[in-house]
Amino acid sequence: MTTLVLREARATLPARRRRTGLTVSEWVATSLLCLVLGIAVFGPWLSPENPDALVGVPYSGPSRTHLLGLDELGRDVLSRVMAGGRAVVLLASVATCAAYIVGGVAGLVSGYVRSWIDPVIMRVIDVVLAFPPILFLLVVATGAPHSQMGLAVALTIVQAPGVARILRTATLEASTRGYVEAAAARGESPWYILLREIVPNIRGVIVADAGPRFTVSILAVAALNFLGLGQRPPAANWALMINENQGGLTANPWAVLAPAIMIAVLTISLNVVADGVNRRRDVAV
Amino acid sequence: MSRLLEVEDLRVETTAGEAVVEGVSLYLDVGEVLGLVGESGSGKTTVALALLGYVRPGLRIVAGTVCVGGQELLGLREDERRRVRGRVVSYVPQDAGKALNPSIRVGDQLKELMDLHLPGRSTSSQVASALERVSLPSSREFLRRFPHQLSGGQQQRLTLALALACDPDVVVLDEPTTGLDVVTQSRILAEVARLCREAGVAAVFVTHNLAAIGVVASRLAVMYAGRIVEEGPVHEMLIAPTHPYTSGLVSSVPLHRRPGRLVGIPGTAVGVGDRPSGCAFSPRCSQSSDACTHGVPALVQVRPGWSVRCIHSDRTPAVVRLPRDDQEGAGDRGTLLEVIGLHAAYGRGLRRHTVVRNVTFGVVPGECLALVGESGSGKSTIARCIAGLHAPSGGELRFDGELLAPRARGRSREVRRRVQIVFQNPYDSLNPRHTVAESLLRPLELFTELSGRQARTRVLELLDQVRLPARLADHYPSELSGGERQRVAVARALAAAPDLLLCDEVTSALDVSVQAAVLALLSELQRELRLAMLFITHDLGVVANIANRVLVLEQGAIREEGSVEEILQRPKERYTQELLASVPELPVSGQIA
Amino acid sequence: MAERHPVLAYAVRRVAIGVGLTFVVSVLIFAATQLLPGNPAIAILGRNAAHRRALHQLEVQLGLDHSAVYQYSHWLGSLLQGNLGQSYAAHEPVSTLLASDVGNTMILAGVTLAIMIPLSLLLGTLAGIRRGGWLDTLLSGLTLGAIALPEFVTGTFLVIVFAIWMGVLPAVSLGPGAANLVLPVATLVIAGLAYNVRMVRAGVVEVMASDYVEAARLNGVPEGRLIRRYVLRNALAPSIQTFAMTVQWLVGGVVVVETVFSYPGIGQALVQAVSTEDIPTVQALGMLIALLYILINVAADVAVVYVVPKLRTESG
Repeated sequence: MTTLVLREARATLPARRRRTGLTVSEWVATSLLCLVLGIAVFGPWLSPENPDALVGVPYSGPSRTHLLGLDELGRDVLSRVMAGGRAVVLLASVATCAAYIVGGVAGLVSGYVRSWIDPVIMRVIDVVLAFPPILFLLVVATGAPHSQMGLAVALTIVQAPGVARILRTATLEASTRGYVEAAAARGESPWYILLREIVPNIRGVIVADAGPRFTVSILAVAALNFLGLGQRPPAANWALMINENQGGLTANPWAVLAPAIMIAVLTISLNVVADGVNRRRDVAV
Repeated sequence: MSRLLEVEDLRVETTAGEAVVEGVSLYLDVGEVLGLVGESGSGKTTVALALLGYVRPGLRIVAGTVCVGGQELLGLREDERRRVRGRVVSYVPQDAGKALNPSIRVGDQLKELMDLHLPGRSTSSQVASALERVSLPSSREFLRRFPHQLSGGQQQRLTLALALACDPDVVVLDEPTTGLDVVTQSRILAEVARLCREAGVAAVFVTHNLAAIGVVASRLAVMYAGRIVEEGPVHEMLIAPTHPYTSGLVSSVPLHRRPGRLVGIPGTAVGVGDRPSGCAFSPRCSQSSDACTHGVPALVQVRPGWSVRCIHSDRTPAVVRLPRDDQEGAGDRGTLLEVIGLHAAYGRGLRRHTVVRNVTFGVVPGECLALVGESGSGKSTIARCIAGLHAPSGGELRFDGELLAPRARGRSREVRRRVQIVFQNPYDSLNPRHTVAESLLRPLELFTELSGRQARTRVLELLDQVRLPARLADHYPSELSGGERQRVAVARALAAAPDLLLCDEVTSALDVSVQAAVLALLSELQRELRLAMLFITHDLGVVANIANRVLVLEQGAIREEGSVEEILQRPKERYTQELLASVPELPVSGQIA
Repeated sequence: MAERHPVLAYAVRRVAIGVGLTFVVSVLIFAATQLLPGNPAIAILGRNAAHRRALHQLEVQLGLDHSAVYQYSHWLGSLLQGNLGQSYAAHEPVSTLLASDVGNTMILAGVTLAIMIPLSLLLGTLAGIRRGGWLDTLLSGLTLGAIALPEFVTGTFLVIVFAIWMGVLPAVSLGPGAANLVLPVATLVIAGLAYNVRMVRAGVVEVMASDYVEAARLNGVPEGRLIRRYVLRNALAPSIQTFAMTVQWLVGGVVVVETVFSYPGIGQALVQAVSTEDIPTVQALGMLIALLYILINVAADVAVVYVVPKLRTESG
């Protein structure tokens, strides 16, 4: 027999989401995030100069015409920074979304339907997780060199098991709830139950996981590019720029600092926003 | 005369300034047991914790004194208070399973605590006698167990042993028998009574179970909305209460020796922060007048040792016991549900264990059949098999002559419509992301031809049928109380216009007065709609008040079967007799209206 | 016997599963390396690859004319005998080639862990106990930032500050000397500390809110003993998994830091081997890392079962 906390009295909080205001740091983070994402997506169309054009002496310092100076080959750093985010953000986003679709479906089905599917999926996950991701990414990066598609697929495969596991646990837990059983007793189809009864209630888990997961994807893509396994030079790419311009650190640090700051701001603000969403989730229900 | 425990004018507030407990004064003499009774939101647990100078996060003690064994607790520093806790006054928690450190062995739990308060006195013989005192084994094997390896009853006894280990003056027991089955409950109650007598320990026994309190306590204090509304000698108070809330509460307790129609208390309990000015109970009170809203009534002595907080206490009606409205006998209407040789099990391979063995019975249209048993008796599993949520491992289920597929998905729409189930946990059975209306519309969509405006109208009719206000239709479950949610669950089941309603412990998680109201509703509906009901419960009092026939289950098999009178008044099987003997009974004056 | 020593029984089962998993992974590694384009024989012979006969002879010698299954079992057999093969690029046995790299990684990982684990336990516990206090808020903010920073950014910043501006530490660390280790270790600690502190904190917060901690307080257990016996003991379990993941990361995933500091570790060796298509080295390193991963998982799982008594009987 379960001991249930007797909470007869009507909840004093009105259940409509209380408008908990955003804190200062959350406002700042959200604005920064939008700014950086904006630059990453629209930057290539808005950059003042052609990012690949050689316009002066390598590693020249900031001037009125070139606000962030020039890089190792004499290209405008500002333009390259504006053009350099798209590949990173795009690849990370595509891979993460794909991971959610693949891992999500696997986790949901595994957690709800169980029967023979569950152990099979779990074993597959175990095997994929036992495989060192670094090796996997390197092999793919070498087997299909500089292929954005290949990297996206590889990253999806690396991320999907984690998503599947989390969603499986959440689904397992949700399946024991009375309203899910009530739906089963009505004879609802498993798809209805998953989509209408379970998913709306595990939204919180998905959102909580999304922030860190996107961050990991971004960092992985950046790392791969930094190692030279992503886009090929002369492509403008934030991580590549950090690597390429290390030689000119004393001459024009901006060539390294500017893209580094962009990546840092992107990931930090993403996490602050994700944290804030998370905190609200704990308060609301 | 210095009392063992003296609480004066205690006031506890939330950090936002709302009163949770106000003006509470209590006392205890040596060897006394004081019962503290109240429903959810009454503040009784807050008071219980305050007796140790403790409040939960988010609360503050803002006024009052708590004196235990001559020492005032609230003025002490925290580390001084810690020395008092467990040594002078100790606490027995509600959920023993969760209250024991899962990483420390049984023997060590006791030894460490004794080492803490009584250095040098924690020899193995002391530990052994502490265990024997609560009828637990003291073998080496037992001492090496971890808490999760103990049964619920053993866990509760262990927390009792821990509380008594250092010979405290006062023990505070917070609902120590909730969640235990009836037989274990009665044993623990007897233990507590005996221990208090023998050890000369005074105790405060917090509970919502009025019948149990009569066994253990000599005095009773009833709390409502953070205040004590009545306090006096237990037996007299239960027979002839002077506060209308106490009266309503006592009337709501189902008696298994005297089946009657339950009424409950109209309205809903108030939450913290919603308390009305003036008497908190007046909105629900049948004898309230205008004067009741002007200021909080004072606690006034009506007899020596008996006080009540009500300006119209002389008008309080005697405990109401209405006779049952008995429906006509089942007659020859054929069997609606046939269960033949049902077997059911959980787990696979080595871990498989059978919970239902060869169960055969039938339900006739319009009758209410109760399935009674302890936890583990298989009664819920039977209901789940009938509902199509669990596949039986053997036997047959027939509805209206037609064989039922093991899973609901495999059954025809008609059959699914005609058999509906309501679950135990009201906080779980409604999708938190659907409004009440949405939850009710789905079965209408599935099982009826109604749609659009007609469906919406039907939703409002259903809400009315379960006595809920229409405005709740667009609210979310989190805005409803437990009793209201359970009514919505019933409405959802009724939306399909079923012939058979399966009720799986539907009132076990509700407060007594709410339970009475929900049972009253179900009785009425059963009569009005000529519903057959399969009512699963462990509470014999509930059985007495709602069922026509009873099936007693033990370990998955039927022990006895018969009409309500036969089973409750002339039980033949030993198990049934033992069950009946274990249920504490309220003292009654013998008057039935 | 299984009942008397449930932890042992579980460990045995877990190890058996781990062995099975290793085999499966070995197949995958072998298959993955077959994906690498190019003919290894050509790579080895270099200019001399034009000689058809020499080429063919080498191919036979390398077993390249046999089926994949044969090649796999041959490879596996050698592995099990301790023979890691001959590097295509360096013309040396793989084992000699990798010995120092493996050692370097172990030293780096060891020093990092020696700092990170006690530090994260300390900070996480303090933050969790006084939840909402100034330390907690400060740590929350710092860890948020640190988690999000890529290691190469952190590493690069550290190099800029300490090596270039202040000139006190070397910018590249070509070996595991004390001064060489400071910056890489610092980078790794910053990167890993954030995550571990958060997880420890989360575990502690959850346990602090539990019924048995409240019951212990009500029994008069003083704060010190409460933290040790009631909180830490039970909050450890989720942290074990986190620490295991950190160890895995240190062993197999810090190629970026190695690149920033030119530290000769396993990560660098792997990237080198992959880009030069030195298949035996890739295979050997892959197996090594995979084996370590699986071992760490097994150790973590067994540790969790040991620490959480409830799991001992359930896993029986």
